[in-house]
Formats: sequence, structure tokens, C-alpha cells
Amino acid sequence: MTRTAEQQQKAATTRRNWALSAPALLVLALFASGPLLIVLVYSFLRPGSYSGVEWEFTTEAWQGIFLTRDIFDGTLGWADAHLSIFWRSVKLSLTTTILTFAFGFPTAWFIATRPARARAFWLFLITIPFWTNLLIRTFAINEVIRNEGLMNTVLIKLGVIAEPIRVIYTDTAVLIGMTYVYLPLMVLPLFAAIDRFDMKLLEAGYDLYASRWQVLRRVVLPIVKPGIVAGSILVFVPSLGAYVTPRVLGGGKNMMIGNFIELQFGQGRNWPLGSALAMLLLLIVMVALLVYVRAATKGAPQGGH
Amino acid sequence: MAKRSARPFSVTDLPGFATIAILAFVALYVPILTLVAYSFNGATSVAVWGGFSLQWYVAAWDNTVVQAAAMRSLGIAACASVLATTVATMAALGTTRTAPFRGQTAIYVAINQPLMVPEIVTAVALLIFFAAIKVATGYTGLAYLVMAHTAFCIPFAYLPIRARLEGMDLSLETAAADLYASRWHTFRYVTLPLLAPGIAAGAMLAFVISLDDVVITEFVKSAGQDTLPTYMLGQMRRAITPETNAISTALLALTVLLLTAFFILTRKRD
Repeated sequence: MTRTAEQQQKAATTRRNWALSAPALLVLALFASGPLLIVLVYSFLRPGSYSGVEWEFTTEAWQGIFLTRDIFDGTLGWADAHLSIFWRSVKLSLTTTILTFAFGFPTAWFIATRPARARAFWLFLITIPFWTNLLIRTFAINEVIRNEGLMNTVLIKLGVIAEPIRVIYTDTAVLIGMTYVYLPLMVLPLFAAIDRFDMKLLEAGYDLYASRWQVLRRVVLPIVKPGIVAGSILVFVPSLGAYVTPRVLGGGKNMMIGNFIELQFGQGRNWPLGSALAMLLLLIVMVALLVYVRAATKGAPQGGH
Repeated sequence: MAKRSARPFSVTDLPGFATIAILAFVALYVPILTLVAYSFNGATSVAVWGGFSLQWYVAAWDNTVVQAAAMRSLGIAACASVLATTVATMAALGTTRTAPFRGQTAIYVAINQPLMVPEIVTAVALLIFFAAIKVATGYTGLAYLVMAHTAFCIPFAYLPIRARLEGMDLSLETAAADLYASRWHTFRYVTLPLLAPGIAAGAMLAFVISLDDVVITEFVKSAGQDTLPTYMLGQMRRAITPETNAISTALLALTVLLLTAFFILTRKRD
């Protein structure tokens, strides 16, 4: 069968578009996606005596995430230290997501219900911290909550407290820090969703004698759900992989998965365990993203549940 | 609609929301402003206020380690943003304003992949990959950092360029073709000038993202290759000095400047 002109045209378009995309794809394959496969391979190898790996297949690293061998009698037991780091990471990330939503939703609502000019101004105010260096923002919140920081100085001057509140280098400090640095990531997608929301629906709700709470719960939240899901993912994913914030605000002891992974490539000298941990983190993130895609593509939301 | 403020019952107001929102804005800005204020502190300690002074800016400026880190940061960001923007522009031209083609979604996913993978995972992957190359070739220069930055900057450069392209219809290009302009001339004299604000916006975003990176740089850098953020992270581990505040404020000012330019470039014309 001879190819029609139309088919030839189509093939030419495909070739041209792939050729144009090829340089970007090559850079990404070499320096972003490809190396992930090496991590996967490394997670099934044996740790080298100094660092690096021995080329020998084993699932020890993966087992090592959850199980540990007793150094005295050689029995296997749960790796409590690892599990507690995982549990802390998940707990802190979920709490961060909930807190950013609690502050972010009213903030996004506030911005979206301003008149056009004021709205651009408030939106710009959210965008600045959104793009500001995470390290600088972590450093900024550190200035407020550390023992001799702004919070304690002001509270002592006012006579509210006699001794500084020692919050720095605790889980609470990490939580405050992550909520602070990730709040803009929650606000922007929520704003985008609320901005599209038809405010006439509120009037309809009130006309039908719904209370404000009922309107919020039964009308607003179900419709802006894609924005809620997007914001939650945008906060949860970087929280779970957080490295800078727990390192600066949590001190050395209050590690999260990110810091624990680094430890394996530094002092721990267990590259396979670090690789397995990184792959597990990636897996959790992928599952979260799948949940997001499913929730976002469900079409017009019906009912919030 | 009548003036909202004049009405006793505003439909869009929800009780307490405005208060929480204002609180959130205060909470967002107080730490940043504190940081900026402390950078102008005349005292040697960050705990007390010793009057307005630029001494920490002078100290940071005179610090040769800071100078080297700043030059390295700017150099890497410049190289990475130019490279990322070039390949991202080509990819955007290949994936917009076209009939659907085989693999379009795959390309889209691949380009946005750095946004989906936690930074720490990419950092570890590059650490392993580059460690092997370093052993094999013996080269330990800045090219590793430039290429790593280029890769994670691509989606940030791509998105504004793509957005700009999608807002341009093909009529002008078609007109140029009707007037016997070659493909290259059409691109050079029609498409490129129209696309320029998008390209500039993409490059700026890529520059900011590269300049801000801590995690991937921390893992990829060889000894003595500190950028400003990794230098600051190292400083924070010891004692906090107002000098770090001064560097932070300078970086903050640069970010705000670039962002303002970005907004002006991408603003829809009325």
C-alpha cells in the first residue's frame, strides 16, 4: 500500500517534533532520569569496604531498611531506628500538609475574593516567598524561633515569659519551618481553583437557607477539590524528601528520610542502603502522584468524600 | 453589583478567613523582614541591635571565599540557564502548535520529570553517576554542576516558553510563508521576535532556580566548589553571623528583581 500525502505529512511532523525535542531529552536522560536507574542497580549491590559498592547481587540493602541483625546473637529484628525516622518523616509531612491547608485555604480564598487590582498585589506577595531561596527562608524562620531570636526576645521584653522557649532543634521547629517554607506552594494551586469557582453558587446556597459552614462544606470544597489535591501533593512531596529544613532547624538528631539518605553516602558509607532508601522515597512519591492524577482526572467533581 | 462594603451581608465573606489570611501574610513576611533588618545590624552579635550599619555587606564583599562562591554561583547559573533555555525553546517549538503526534505525552512527561522526583533522590543519583565518571576520566571541574543544573532547569525554562507559544496563533507564520519566506526566515524574523518575551522569562526562571539550588549542588560539587547557597549552609552549621544575613538579603534582592522583570515580561497585554 502506498502512503498517502497525508500520512507522509504526519510522519514528517512527528520526525520534526522529535528532532526539536531531542536535545532537551538527551540532557534529561543523561543528567536526570538515567542516573535514577543506576541508583536502582546500586540498591541491589553489596556495600564496599570503604565506600562505593561491590558488584555482587543481594537484597540486603532493601531488607536493611526494615530489618537489622543483632550484632551479638545475629538474630533479625525490626530496625527501630530506621522505622522511627520513616514514621517521623511521614508524620511531619502529613502535619505540614494539614497546617499549610488550614492557613492556605483562608489565604487563597481571601486573595481570590479581592477586587482585581488588590488581588494582583496580594498574589505578588505570595509569589515572592514562593520563588525565594528555600535556604534563605529556612534561615529567616530560624531568626524568629531560635533561643535568642525575635520571638523569645519580644516575649521576654513583654514579660510574658522569663526563660526563652527552647523550640529550635526539635520536631516542632522542623514542623514550624516546613509549614512556613511550603505555605506558598499550597496557596497558589488553591487560589487557581477558587479563582475559577463561580461565586453565584454561594448565593444559590444561601437562598436555599444553607449556613456558611454548609455552603463551604457542601458547595465550595467539592468544587475546588482538584486545587486541594494539587496543593497537598505540592506540599507533601517536598516535605517527605526535605533535607535543608530538618538539617538547619532539627539539628543533627531530628533526622528525616532525606538526611538519613545523605548519612548513608557520608559517614554511614553504605551506598546500597542509601540507594534503596532513595528508591523507596521515589516509590512513595510516585504513588502520591498517581493518587493525584486519578483525583484530578476524575472529571467534574461530584460530592466531596 | 452594588458596593460590597456597603452591604451588611457579603456573599463571598467567610467568617475568620480574612483574619487568618492577614495572619498568614504577617507570618510569611516577619521572618524575611527580620532577616533583612539583622543584616543592617551594627552589633557583632545577632542577638542585640547596634544601630544601622553596612559593615556586614562590606565584610561579605571583602571575603574572598564569598567572592569566589558568588562568582561560581553566577557563572553556573548563567551557563545552565542559557543551555536549558536553548534546548527548552526547541522542545517547546516541537511540542506546541502541532497536530497530535506519536510520543507527545511521553516527551511532555520526560521534560517535567525533574519536577516530580524529590531533589534528594536526583542528588544521590548524580553523586553516584558523577563519582563513576570522575574515577574514569579524572576530570573534576565545574561541568558536572553546570550539566546537573541545566537538567533540572529545563522544565522551568520550558513552561513559560510553551505558555507564550500557545498564545501565538499561526496566522503570521502562514502569512510569511505565503510571501515566500523560507522556513528559517519565518522563524528568524516572525516566530523568534514574538517568542522573545517567553524565552527571556524562561531564562530568568531557570537562572533563579539554578542560583537557589542547595541540595543537588551539595551532593555534586567537588572539594572547593562551594556556591553561595552551599557556602551559607556550611556557615549555618557553625555560628550564625550577620554576614550570612547580608548575603541572604543580597540574594533576596536579586530574586525580587528578576521576578519583577519576569512578571512584566509575562503580563498579558491589555
